[in-house]
Amino acid sequence: MKFGVVVFPGSNCDSDAYHVIKDVIGVDCEYVWHETRDLSDFQALVLPGGFSYGDYLRCGALARFSPVMDSVYRFVDEGKLVIGICNGFQILLEAGLLPGAMLSNNVLEFRCQWVNLRVENTKTPFTCLYEPGEVIRVPIAHHEGNYYAEPEVLEELERTGRVVLRYVDASGNPTAEANPNGAAHNIAGIINEKGNVFGLMPHPERCSESILGSRDGRRVFLSMIKSLETGALLS
Amino acid sequence: MAEISQTAPWREMGLKDSEYELIKERLGREPNYTELGMFAVLWSEHCAYKHSKPLLKTLPTKGPAVLVGPGENAGVVDIGDNLACAFKIESHNHPSAVEPYQGAATGIGGIVRDILAMGARPVLLLDSLRFGPPEDPKTKFLFGGVVSGIAGYGNCLGIPTVGGEVFFAKPYAGNPLVNVLCGGIMKHEDLHKGGAYGVGNVVMVVGHSTGRDGIHGCTFASDVLDDDSESKRINVQVGDPFMEKLLIEACLEMMACGAVVGIQDMGAAGLTSSCAETAARAGTGLVIDIGKVPMREEGMNAYEVMLSESQERMLLIVSADKVDEVKRIGAKWGLHAAEIGRVTDSGNLEVLHNGVLEASIPVSLLAMGAPEYTPEAREPEYLRKTREFSGESVRAPEFSEMKGILLKLLASPNIASKEPVFRQYDYMVRTDTVEGPGRGAAVLRIKGTKKGLVFTTDCNGRLVYLNPKAGAAWAVTEAALNVAVTGAKPLAITNCLNFGSPENPEVYWQLKEAVQGMAEACKALETPVTGGNVSLYNESDGEAIYPTPIVGMLGLCEDIEKRITPGFKNAGDLVAVLGKVWGDARSLSGSEYLEVAHGMVAGDPREPALDLARGIIEVLTECAREGVLSSAQDLSEGGLLVALAESCIHGEEGARGCAMSPKALGCGGREDIRADAMLFGETNTAVVVSFAASNEEQVAHICRQNNVPFAVIGRVQESALAVDTCGGLRVLEVPTDEIAHAYSHGLEDSLRG
Repeated sequence: MKFGVVVFPGSNCDSDAYHVIKDVIGVDCEYVWHETRDLSDFQALVLPGGFSYGDYLRCGALARFSPVMDSVYRFVDEGKLVIGICNGFQILLEAGLLPGAMLSNNVLEFRCQWVNLRVENTKTPFTCLYEPGEVIRVPIAHHEGNYYAEPEVLEELERTGRVVLRYVDASGNPTAEANPNGAAHNIAGIINEKGNVFGLMPHPERCSESILGSRDGRRVFLSMIKSLETGALLS
Repeated sequence: MAEISQTAPWREMGLKDSEYELIKERLGREPNYTELGMFAVLWSEHCAYKHSKPLLKTLPTKGPAVLVGPGENAGVVDIGDNLACAFKIESHNHPSAVEPYQGAATGIGGIVRDILAMGARPVLLLDSLRFGPPEDPKTKFLFGGVVSGIAGYGNCLGIPTVGGEVFFAKPYAGNPLVNVLCGGIMKHEDLHKGGAYGVGNVVMVVGHSTGRDGIHGCTFASDVLDDDSESKRINVQVGDPFMEKLLIEACLEMMACGAVVGIQDMGAAGLTSSCAETAARAGTGLVIDIGKVPMREEGMNAYEVMLSESQERMLLIVSADKVDEVKRIGAKWGLHAAEIGRVTDSGNLEVLHNGVLEASIPVSLLAMGAPEYTPEAREPEYLRKTREFSGESVRAPEFSEMKGILLKLLASPNIASKEPVFRQYDYMVRTDTVEGPGRGAAVLRIKGTKKGLVFTTDCNGRLVYLNPKAGAAWAVTEAALNVAVTGAKPLAITNCLNFGSPENPEVYWQLKEAVQGMAEACKALETPVTGGNVSLYNESDGEAIYPTPIVGMLGLCEDIEKRITPGFKNAGDLVAVLGKVWGDARSLSGSEYLEVAHGMVAGDPREPALDLARGIIEVLTECAREGVLSSAQDLSEGGLLVALAESCIHGEEGARGCAMSPKALGCGGREDIRADAMLFGETNTAVVVSFAASNEEQVAHICRQNNVPFAVIGRVQESALAVDTCGGLRVLEVPTDEIAHAYSHGLEDSLRG
């Protein structure tokens, strides 16, 4: 099994994801330069955080046109796993692999802080090692994380269990105060219909070692590995 | 060129008549306009340190761990395991005063490239900021712009902003300070320097194209601010962080492939300084053709190209046989990598424009020929008044007022939580930040080792104003204790000396005294100065800032798992003071309490007891090794009670309180002791620690061995901060939630007010 971490020129969380997968968990992992077209070596891809091409226009708007993204579409069609973290989530939205769009945080500022997340759906290849309704502590760091979608899209996401992570308070309630950016329905992470593309604004790779204050994020990667090993939850 | 003598353009460029005469004499002829411009920027105060060089020579710069001291792009310190840390602090004050967003952003860009130029990967940033009173509308504009500029640029680079300070005081109202520290890590063999060695090697410009922005930026940085300064906005450079990110990755690859003989940032004075300095260091010359420099505007002449301060550019000296490799890496990252000239043995910087000679100047004259000045120094008038301060002029508050004073201090923007600032910075990227902003010094792990890097910036300008020598020494000891309370050993410092105009004898006296205080403290604590920056002419409308010699300190934590943190851990732990809390009127000098509660900036701060500071550092590092402390926090603004309050706020659930009595500090029956000075007086040679009762004897023993006074003053409790008098009377009890509320809302409330 091999993970690929896509490197856009302005990616800056690429080495963090690589570190967790390769050094902390111990699974084979390679960087994938954004001009690469052959992804046949990989079973899972990480689109990491950062500022892919500077993001002066709209986050991820240019990245969707990069050569690697052509191959990512095929990769997704083949049922392999793709996780987009932060800027990676924004790219997945721009690329149409997930529905909706990102607006600027309602506080109109960059926000770097710890948040509480409730795991809403554990029947996904990205969250199968969490308990249903479990509250986890994970950091965010973004300026555009205010998730937006048309009401009918939100309704469908909710109905089909595709809202995977939600911002909540310490007791697990999705309150307005617990929402750091104004995201619709306190949405922090969603999954595609097929269940193999996951986008989330929080950074699980930043909380996968106890020295960093929490290991709650590690199970995202472990869930992916387990799904790939067992074939469970894969379409 | 008779017209040059007649129109005297050097004056507008910031050169004195005598300096122009010196140039003419050394050159043996009149310089042409382009040459004059090149002299003007390199001989500016910002680049040449004309008024500070003789003083800087008195600072200690050597030590067993120092691999590279002052003179290169940044200092480099050995941190063991074949690793080294490059670090430096630099100012971007004047650009930030007129265009706060871009001023701060490009300040980050510049210091990051300095670290990169040493061959290190930049891995951390700290910002030391000074503004006027928060309620001043201009402060709101500057503060908002600076913070978002730092966020906008630093976050995009993927370099975490892990710490720093923000301090508000009236003297900074028209002239804010924006000092940025960057640190980087490298293997010893990756060390690079900025020398143009090897005749025949190729001079290349890598990165952004060159435009007309920032021309004479460093001349602007070397003048006082006035009504006209707004018009200097055109001198401020514009940053492109994405380009900088590409430049970092590309340069690291170029260095890794062995192509780079010498490398230097093109920051202040752009192509002129980078060419002259690299050649001067190597004792060579350069010939460049500016027609080959990638440009973003048409029709730029030699003067403009040589003086442009366009950002995100590096000058590389490349082995002739590796030029294609450098170009290939540049292309990979979508960057210009242009051959613009060669290293020569002429000793001159020769500038051609499409083959036509435009300038030819000896590099030693350009880079090292500026005159040095030792102006008149005179003790400032104001000191006579501020030193008159005595305890009698300060009403001693009733015990019933203490709670209100404590909450007011915690909410004071200089003490309150800076979370509204640092939550805008990505302080976690790279996943090395183990202790981030808001809890004293930053601690970063070094992956693949057990070690941690510890960084802090410190300086209380109010104390330096009241006693420059004591205040500057205080900045060093405070930084050292900040590092030491994590259990780390202070290794070295970088400094940024922010002062007013050195041509004012009173300001020059401040500078001289401060450098002396800093030198003595650095010698005593064995923390040499490995580099830094001097920023003079920080004045607006004739008023100088508080003299502000910022200290950026590097410490090394041998075992990061054994680091000490500021929050209390267990109810029942003993709380003790290590060091000296004076408790007398003099300790109110320049204190936050005196200004916040009594509206006074007065007194004569004590010079720090350097032996004691050294002893406390020894005690803390040994206690960390032995693992006997639960928490440690140094005393700074707000004194003992604020330090205890902070340990409560950062405490673990169930250990967020403390009951204390100053009895053990020896207050009983002494006439010079005052309750307010005991609780809020300031000292920089004391820390509060907590530990399990079973460790008391060991901690006491380590203190005795190092001649550090040790006094148990109380116990950790669940959720309130309480104070008893020496007679055992409970005079203060505040729930920690109330304390935390004041602390966390203070800054936002002040900015709103």
